[in-house]
Amino acid sequence: MAERRGPCGIGGFGPAGSTGGARAGSSLATGAEPEARARSFGGPANSRWLRLGAMEELDGEPTVTLIPGVNSSKKQMCFDWGPGEMLVCETSFNKKEKSETVPGCPVIYIIRKDVDVYSQILRKLFNESHGIFVGLQRIEEELTGKSRKAHHFIFCRLVRVSKNYRSVIRACMEEMHQVAIAAKDPACSRQFSSQVSILSAMELIWNLCEILFIEVAPAGPLLLHLLDWVRLHVCEVDNLLADVLGSENPRKHESFWKLVTILVLQGRLDEARQMLSKEADSSPTSAGMCRILGDLMRTMPVLSPGTTQTLTELELKWQHWHEECERHLQDGTFASSPHLESLCKIMLGDEAALLEQKELLNNWYHFLVTRLLYSHPTVKPIDLHFYAQSSLDLFLGGESSPEPLDNILMAAFEFDIHQVIKECSIALSNWWFVAHLTDLLDHCKLLQSHNLYFGSNMREFLLLEYASGLFAHHSLWQLGVDYFDYCPELGRVSLELHIERIPLSTEQKALKVLRICEQRQMTEQVRSICKILAMKAVRNNRLGSALSWSIRAKDAAFATLVSDRFLRDYCERGCFSDLDLIDNLGPAMMLSDRLTFLGKYREFHRLYGEKRFVDAASLLLSLMTSQIAPRSFWMTLLTDALPLLEQKQVIFSAEQTYELMRCLEDLTSGRPVHGEPDAQRLQDDDIETTKVEMLRLALARNLARAIIKEGSLEGS
Amino acid sequence: MFVARSIAADHKDLIHDVSFDFHGRRMATCSSDQSVKVWDKSESGDWHCTASWKTHSGSVWRVTWAHPEFGQVLASCSFDRTAAVWEEIVGESNDKLRGQSHWVKRTTLVDSRTSVTDVKFAPKHMGLMLATCSADGIVRIYEAPDVMNLSQWSLQHEISCKLSCSCISWNPSSSRAHSPMIAVGSDDSSPNAMAKVQIFEYNENTRKYAKAETLMTVTDPVHDISFAPNLGRSFHILAIATKDVRIFTLKPVRKELSSSGGPTKFEIHIVAQFDNHNSQVWRVSWNITGTVLASSGDDGCVRLWKANYMDNWKCTGILKGNGSPVNGSSQQGNSNPSLGSNIPNLQNSLNGSSVGRKHS
Repeated sequence: MAERRGPCGIGGFGPAGSTGGARAGSSLATGAEPEARARSFGGPANSRWLRLGAMEELDGEPTVTLIPGVNSSKKQMCFDWGPGEMLVCETSFNKKEKSETVPGCPVIYIIRKDVDVYSQILRKLFNESHGIFVGLQRIEEELTGKSRKAHHFIFCRLVRVSKNYRSVIRACMEEMHQVAIAAKDPACSRQFSSQVSILSAMELIWNLCEILFIEVAPAGPLLLHLLDWVRLHVCEVDNLLADVLGSENPRKHESFWKLVTILVLQGRLDEARQMLSKEADSSPTSAGMCRILGDLMRTMPVLSPGTTQTLTELELKWQHWHEECERHLQDGTFASSPHLESLCKIMLGDEAALLEQKELLNNWYHFLVTRLLYSHPTVKPIDLHFYAQSSLDLFLGGESSPEPLDNILMAAFEFDIHQVIKECSIALSNWWFVAHLTDLLDHCKLLQSHNLYFGSNMREFLLLEYASGLFAHHSLWQLGVDYFDYCPELGRVSLELHIERIPLSTEQKALKVLRICEQRQMTEQVRSICKILAMKAVRNNRLGSALSWSIRAKDAAFATLVSDRFLRDYCERGCFSDLDLIDNLGPAMMLSDRLTFLGKYREFHRLYGEKRFVDAASLLLSLMTSQIAPRSFWMTLLTDALPLLEQKQVIFSAEQTYELMRCLEDLTSGRPVHGEPDAQRLQDDDIETTKVEMLRLALARNLARAIIKEGSLEGS
Repeated sequence: MFVARSIAADHKDLIHDVSFDFHGRRMATCSSDQSVKVWDKSESGDWHCTASWKTHSGSVWRVTWAHPEFGQVLASCSFDRTAAVWEEIVGESNDKLRGQSHWVKRTTLVDSRTSVTDVKFAPKHMGLMLATCSADGIVRIYEAPDVMNLSQWSLQHEISCKLSCSCISWNPSSSRAHSPMIAVGSDDSSPNAMAKVQIFEYNENTRKYAKAETLMTVTDPVHDISFAPNLGRSFHILAIATKDVRIFTLKPVRKELSSSGGPTKFEIHIVAQFDNHNSQVWRVSWNITGTVLASSGDDGCVRLWKANYMDNWKCTGILKGNGSPVNGSSQQGNSNPSLGSNIPNLQNSLNGSSVGRKHS
């Protein structure tokens, strides 16, 4: 049977299940010494990380994570925080000076906090709920300026959002269930199955919250919703139904009466009636009784949505029907059939009869709903907690104490939203559930702001924790960004701290991170990321990349440094690399003087290459006269002027030639007198002197030609 | 929380410090075996030691990464009275082929006459600077004026603390409203008890560090000290490891009220004090958002502390040795982490008596 049970088949998971037996008390319920308690349930992995401090008066105890191989009674641990992980290592602090040799090899442990972000299947839950979350945040934006209808519109949207979240949980549960079945390793399969139960519990809690807090179902419809809730979560019956109907003779099936009873317990009276008619057909002795009970089932008044029937009318009819059932029981109509009599008692809401079916009810909240169906079908929301409490007490019968799930559901029946969130925070391992549920309830205007430490409220606190968890993962962090965006108080500063830690392993990833920062005007993060990339590029001698990153970082000093590298390379090799980049600097050239010079100098080479000698010449000269060119580079520039001076036609005018001469004299006169000249320097000086003399000669000849040319042109 | 991986460190002696780089993709370890090791995380999540070299002629106490804006740079400090700055060299195809990287010593800072007990890079907005402190009671602040030339470090400031220093922490705030600030702790155990935590602030006018505050209430030896990331607050949070864990807030008193020109005065409040470690506390450190403090003590545990909305600090997690010997395997990955294994509470309640008790 278990194999065939669908993922929703958590019929057996009732926390206060009738299976009873040696139920150990919940770890929450027992007030044992924290560490001893932690040991009792803790494997090495216990991921209930840090959530307790968040919650107010509730005294959650710290969770213990065991580090294998470290003996805490003899050694200490050194550690370090990383962005998503923690390093821990055994050490000894107090024996610093004379460290004794440690036997064996020290081990470093990588500790992670949110285990769930690493689950493939849960990742889908995170991804898909992200879209719903963002949509929910935009509801208000869409509504600004809309009419009075807005209220109803919002209500419908919120209910739909809630249902969407639940369907994502269910889809995830479905998949997890398939994986659990397919898993070869029994331990693995067990693990997946337990995840199914947890997801199932999440959905169960969420569904109840939806009915009570979001839909705010009034008396009448309330019970119908609760019935649907129970039917959805205790769905073993469908497998059983198929089993029985599929058999050769359903009436003879061993589970026939079990099935009929479950159907009645769930209020599925039409189906129960059909089953009874099978019994009637084949057993003439009980046919009459079956027909009577079937009639009672058929005539049970129920609220039908869309009719104008008032609640009072319904109550009257129901009272009449109830009395008829009662009469049949008193008259002993079903006395000869214990099965039918028991069914009749159930339909009368007889507590003893219901409690006899503990096994089939599975849990106290099924008991509650069945009890309400057959004794208080028009229960008001405000009275729910009373029936819930007494149902829990009756069901447990003092044999065991409530467990976390019981407490959560009870808090919901009491309409204590904060308690629901707190209990969930403690009982569930990840922040996904509480963060999203709290956010939704906050949008329903149900949470008075609970101010937390730095002035942020509970919703924001939980969203921040959830988003931080996402940032620990190498791809889920992108979802986290949107969550931070919708935390008005600390979202931005948290995002800043997290996003700059994203490893920039590829250019593509770096660009993604940059885009996120740029969209949010995080100028310091943009600068820092670009700077990191620029530095990385320089270290790898990729000058073009380094230059473009430092331009993007608007880092003038670094742009100067990289420009110098370019110029040095040019001097050494006589050509430029990354021409595309330098030719297309545009206004970015203004970032630093050196970069401007690099761009202009390259422009000179281009003009020269295009044989636009006159333009090239005046650019070259202006680089010196405007002081853009570093003086150390002037000799190179003057040498570049040589071929222009040697052209057939006159390029430099007389006035320009004077300027060039002045630059040359500036440069040569400013030379410091060297002390002890070594051989190398002598040789260098020699080359330099020759160069200067060649320049002087070329300049003088050009001057002569220019004067003649200018004189004759003006004279003619 | 769970142990995702364990890595055999292969140090020949006690490890004194472990340090993540800024992005959490690299780590460095240092040991009494006088060496530093650098580890890199591969795409598959495995950690490989990519460099291991002798750094000092004594135990190496601390190793720390510079911000990646300055390249791949480490600083270490040692019992051998020096601190050193190391830079990774790119290229060298031979090393690369073997998956090894090459680190060169850029400078040795030899000004201390005693063991250098701590070394910390300054917040990046201050440039490439680092501070050391030593048993001789002096905090030294060095600067590399040219970030492309790490062999040039100039000693900018020497701050005398009068007490043997054990630890330093820079205030990470980059707000213009806050001057550069450094807190210093002392583990001097001589009987004439003095306050063991001093806070120095940089004065723009005198261009010197001057003492801003002394935490008079901390009189027992201090082993570690740590400013929390600022989060845009006007005040500072400082954690101290002494015979217990203490958390202080330092609220600057408005300038008009304090004497002009002098160092900022602070209103100092202790907001938490925990003796759960039973005896000495050796390390304190904040997570990257400054919302959780971790501390390590003589009880052999790392404890995590977090404040709730009422400013009540609580222990929310404990990392504790299980006492059993280490298995031989070197790198164990938790291949299939999943939600079920870690949630005893709800799971128990879900599975009733049958399945849910498997933990006990």
